[in-house]
Amino acid sequence: MRELIDIFVRSVFIDNMIFAYFLGMCSYLAVSKNVKTAFGLGLAVCFVLAVTVPVNYLIDKYLLQRGALIWIHKTFSEVDLSYLSLIIFIAVIAGMVQLLEMVIEKISPVLYQSLGIFLPLIAVNCAILGASLFMQERHFPSVAHSFSYAIGSGAGWLLAIVAFAAIRERLKYSDIPKPLQGNGIAYIITGLLGLGFMAFLGI
Amino acid sequence: MKKYLGPLNKENPILVQTLGVCSALAVTAQLKPAVVMALSVTVVCAMANLIISLLRNTIPPRIRIIVQLLVVSTLVIMVDQVLQAVVYDISRLLSVFVGLIITNCIIMGRLEAFALSHKPLPSFVDGVMNGLGYGLVLVAIAFFREFLGSGTLWNYPIIPASFYEAGYLNNGLMILPPMALILAGVFVWIQNAKKDRVK
Repeated sequence: MRELIDIFVRSVFIDNMIFAYFLGMCSYLAVSKNVKTAFGLGLAVCFVLAVTVPVNYLIDKYLLQRGALIWIHKTFSEVDLSYLSLIIFIAVIAGMVQLLEMVIEKISPVLYQSLGIFLPLIAVNCAILGASLFMQERHFPSVAHSFSYAIGSGAGWLLAIVAFAAIRERLKYSDIPKPLQGNGIAYIITGLLGLGFMAFLGI
Repeated sequence: MKKYLGPLNKENPILVQTLGVCSALAVTAQLKPAVVMALSVTVVCAMANLIISLLRNTIPPRIRIIVQLLVVSTLVIMVDQVLQAVVYDISRLLSVFVGLIITNCIIMGRLEAFALSHKPLPSFVDGVMNGLGYGLVLVAIAFFREFLGSGTLWNYPIIPASFYEAGYLNNGLMILPPMALILAGVFVWIQNAKKDRVK
């Protein structure tokens, strides 16, 4: 249990998707004009991460890794399909996003109204694929660990985009040199926020 | 001709269109991985543009995103295998960021905006140019980060040992990931200032 909480806190603050790895920057810069939509997108990202990372974990463990196919027959113990992981992961993510969109539309039209527009955007969000690839690289011992990692990364992403959107709302009223307005200042603020987050390294 | 040179300067994917920032900045602490990454993206972007442009009349519009993802991820797997075979230590260093070329917005963006509506040859050139425009920024950032952060370029020491004896210290801040963003911000600033003057 302690380990799970460790992974969670670590992935929220120290290995933050945006501030430490710059993943999901495209939608982070595009959808952070106001706090409300930023929060919606952040939630959607959390949600998709929590579904796709454990699924990819299982696929990786029981189908792709070297020797993973041994549960079918002993002769498969040398088979290594890990070079296929990229294409399988992206297919799982694209498929999951499509599926989630349909399920949410059927079950909860209210949630669909608030998340729906963001879901297609998420299929090509680097943070989602990135989390699956990091998960593969870290060799988590169980599905629960990968789930905790997914939730943590999602929460970290949500935190980052909401904080950034709030700063950006205030930024409208400040006097910035004209060439620096827009993207320039957005990069620099993200950099400064990232420096702030580096302070968590000591934990 | 001018149309194709755009991505290098006025329509630079990172500085002006803010595409593909995701995987770009994490690999710029040193020059070598940045160059390898830039080349990989250029190859994938050009080949994907070429293939999608050849297929453009046969892909049903409804499933085009999935077809694009498949083409791009196949190319990325090939690039990844080549990197692992040829420059193994750098491919370790780039780790997941090679895989993340798949979701690089530059590639998807060019496929959607250019390759689906143009002939194969122009699409190929467009892909090369966008890849190079992206690489230019990557290499520029990596140059400053490696030079100021470690005092080396391409792993060769540039700042003479006598400087260190006289009390010169490397700027450790440059190695930290956030500095890549701040440098990118400064580049955007310069780019915009230049553009305003041209007007």
